[in-house]
Amino acid sequence: MHADPAGVMTGTHFLDGDHACCEGALAAGARFSSGYPITPSTEVVERFANRIPTVGGTFIQMEDELAASITLQGAVWGGAKAFTVTSGPGFSLMMEHIGYAAMTETPCVFIDVQRGGPSTGLPTLPAQADMMQVRWGSHGDYAVIALCPNSPQECFDLTITAFNMAEKYRCPVFVMLDEVVGHMTEKVVIPPPDQIEVEPRRYTTLPPQEFLAFQPGEDLVPDMPRVGEGYNVHVTGLTHDERGYPDMRPVVQDKLVKRLLDKINKNAGDIVLYEEDQIEGADVVVVSYGITSRVAQRAIDMARSRGVKVGKFRIITAWPFPEKQIAEIAGKVKALVVPELNLGQMVREVERCAAGKAVVRLVGHAGGSVHKPEDILQVILEVAR
Amino acid sequence: MSEATVQLPTNPVEQFLRMDRIPHIWCPGCGIGTSVNSFAHALIDAKIDVKNTAIVSGIGCTGRVAGYTNLDSFHTTHGRAIPFATGLKLANPKLNVVVYSGDGDLFAIGGNHLIHAARRNVDIKVICINNLIYAMTGGQTAPTTPGSVITSTNPYGTYDPAFNLPYLVEAAGAVYVARWTAFHVRQLARAMQEMFAKKGFSFIEVLSPCPTLYQRRNKMGDGLDTMKFYKQVSKVRNGAPTSEVALSRSGEIVVGKFVDRERADYGGLMHDTLADALGDEYVETECCTCQ
Amino acid sequence: MAKGSVQIVVERCKACGFCVEFCPTHVLALSSAFNAKGYHTPYMSHPEKCSGCDLCGMYCPDFAIFGFKEPAPAKEAVAAPPPSVTETSKEEQDAR
Repeated sequence: MHADPAGVMTGTHFLDGDHACCEGALAAGARFSSGYPITPSTEVVERFANRIPTVGGTFIQMEDELAASITLQGAVWGGAKAFTVTSGPGFSLMMEHIGYAAMTETPCVFIDVQRGGPSTGLPTLPAQADMMQVRWGSHGDYAVIALCPNSPQECFDLTITAFNMAEKYRCPVFVMLDEVVGHMTEKVVIPPPDQIEVEPRRYTTLPPQEFLAFQPGEDLVPDMPRVGEGYNVHVTGLTHDERGYPDMRPVVQDKLVKRLLDKINKNAGDIVLYEEDQIEGADVVVVSYGITSRVAQRAIDMARSRGVKVGKFRIITAWPFPEKQIAEIAGKVKALVVPELNLGQMVREVERCAAGKAVVRLVGHAGGSVHKPEDILQVILEVAR
Repeated sequence: MSEATVQLPTNPVEQFLRMDRIPHIWCPGCGIGTSVNSFAHALIDAKIDVKNTAIVSGIGCTGRVAGYTNLDSFHTTHGRAIPFATGLKLANPKLNVVVYSGDGDLFAIGGNHLIHAARRNVDIKVICINNLIYAMTGGQTAPTTPGSVITSTNPYGTYDPAFNLPYLVEAAGAVYVARWTAFHVRQLARAMQEMFAKKGFSFIEVLSPCPTLYQRRNKMGDGLDTMKFYKQVSKVRNGAPTSEVALSRSGEIVVGKFVDRERADYGGLMHDTLADALGDEYVETECCTCQ
Repeated sequence: MAKGSVQIVVERCKACGFCVEFCPTHVLALSSAFNAKGYHTPYMSHPEKCSGCDLCGMYCPDFAIFGFKEPAPAKEAVAAPPPSVTETSKEEQDAR
């Protein structure tokens, strides 16, 4: 369905990534946010607090990220599309509730504007060091979707995608910015509402007597009940059966948890987004994401001008990881170069999928600034030899 | 064989229970089930719109109440029932939102959220079953456990001073504060009924036996002994200053309605401020529902 | 004829004794019979004194008893245990 015009600021704007995320959320139909300030993400909710009273909805600043990350889920069950934003230390605090969202299949969006870590780290400077945490940070087996924009325009577009995927797959979806993408100002084009596709909440059409709140459809995702309509839904973080009732038997655990993984992994074809360029005939492919992909592009251009056959693979969906694509590329090239603003996170996935078919080289960085293109170029040249 | 069947009346409480999940997990002599009877009767007597009533629990023995009540029910994470309830209420203000949870869940891990919700005067109704212990996990010390009792984490006796819950909640800003015990079934039902009609952050503490852990480890008898103890030492003092209602190991239990005042609720404050600032541009929504 | 009576779901009772103790007219007592879990369940030892006030029902933590005012049947009615109790497998019982 089309976006609600109330939330769409159609036009050509000059916005930074944080602000563009907020506009994306509003365009996607988000009408509730519970936030807690943390650099460099705060601007997202500051703008939301500013905009939402004239769009129609609620912003509340909660007392901490523990509250923010669960208040938004209460709002989701109350009927709203809802999100929160944070950075490393706050993200760590949100982990229990990310698991709760996964277990209760609550559609919601978390925006993480990554900064230097660990701990308080570098509050105002970039890193990409939460990439494994977003996948594995909460306890237990569960699957998430994580998207990596590399420009303010993508912050707008992918935030809408995040909300749509959250509704479609009933899971928490993450938009993984970094401080540079969050604070860089670029042109952002916001189309008219009838050109923005928005996924409606998959409310059930069955009456209360027939509806089972956690009975999956063919796509492995259950429909949602409306609260306040007599469905008497029970939502719990305990392992539960199709009625939502707690059930401690291993057979129920097996069925439920496997489905939570399958509903993402089996639908990966629709979820995995990426950008490729000149993969055919390449000797080396550079695999990158977020702000690093912008620097990597410069390094790729420099290498190509020296006659190296370099391809580009830009990860847009980091989770579920583009396993098929990387495995296929690894079979055709000499080496994969993985620059990232951390000391080795997504490179592990690349190595796993390459399965030894190609050399995999990390161009790591502890964080605090972006790579120099020359650092990436040097490794490209080394492996191309 | 006669076709006429004897029409047996049903327990009016059962309409609010998920009967397919009864019997429940609570121990013999536990007061949680007793409080649920009062809750059910309060829902009936208040003539509350049950469809628009939602219950939110945390983790613990009392946290299991959400699973047994036949309402839109949410069994959330430890200590976070109140922020979840806040989100539910703000997104859909026509819901009656009740938080039903235990003393450990609401006042230890959840303490921060409780005081902020009271400060904001969020329109939610909090029923706190206080059994003076962390029961579900096997009887550890809670912030309400009196001094000089044995718990599993204070095997030589507790020495943590305990919270005075009504005092704390009043200071944080609650507009309705009462305490009853599981013995006071009718007064409790009436207090809950009163609370449902109140606008703003409302709180009832309900003292309950935990015969399996608290009472047994301290040789205080069983659930019935504790209920008789409540009957014996409770004193109804409506309007008592909350600073004077602290509990001790075997001292007087002051019960009654302590606070009943008026304060603008959070939804109202938010609305008024935004309407003042934005005038016609302010878009009020009945609730934030998406399609 | 008594003004009220009680209905007891015997299999739910855990013999906590609340109903026996707090019935204002001492209608109830714990019987020597016991249920499948081994608890001695209450019975109306003085049915003529029952007013149907339902204080027993308010106290019962297990929803195993409640009182009602006549004109329902005056005879003490003991409800059959719900199917889930007798037919639940051990595995399912452990699951709860």
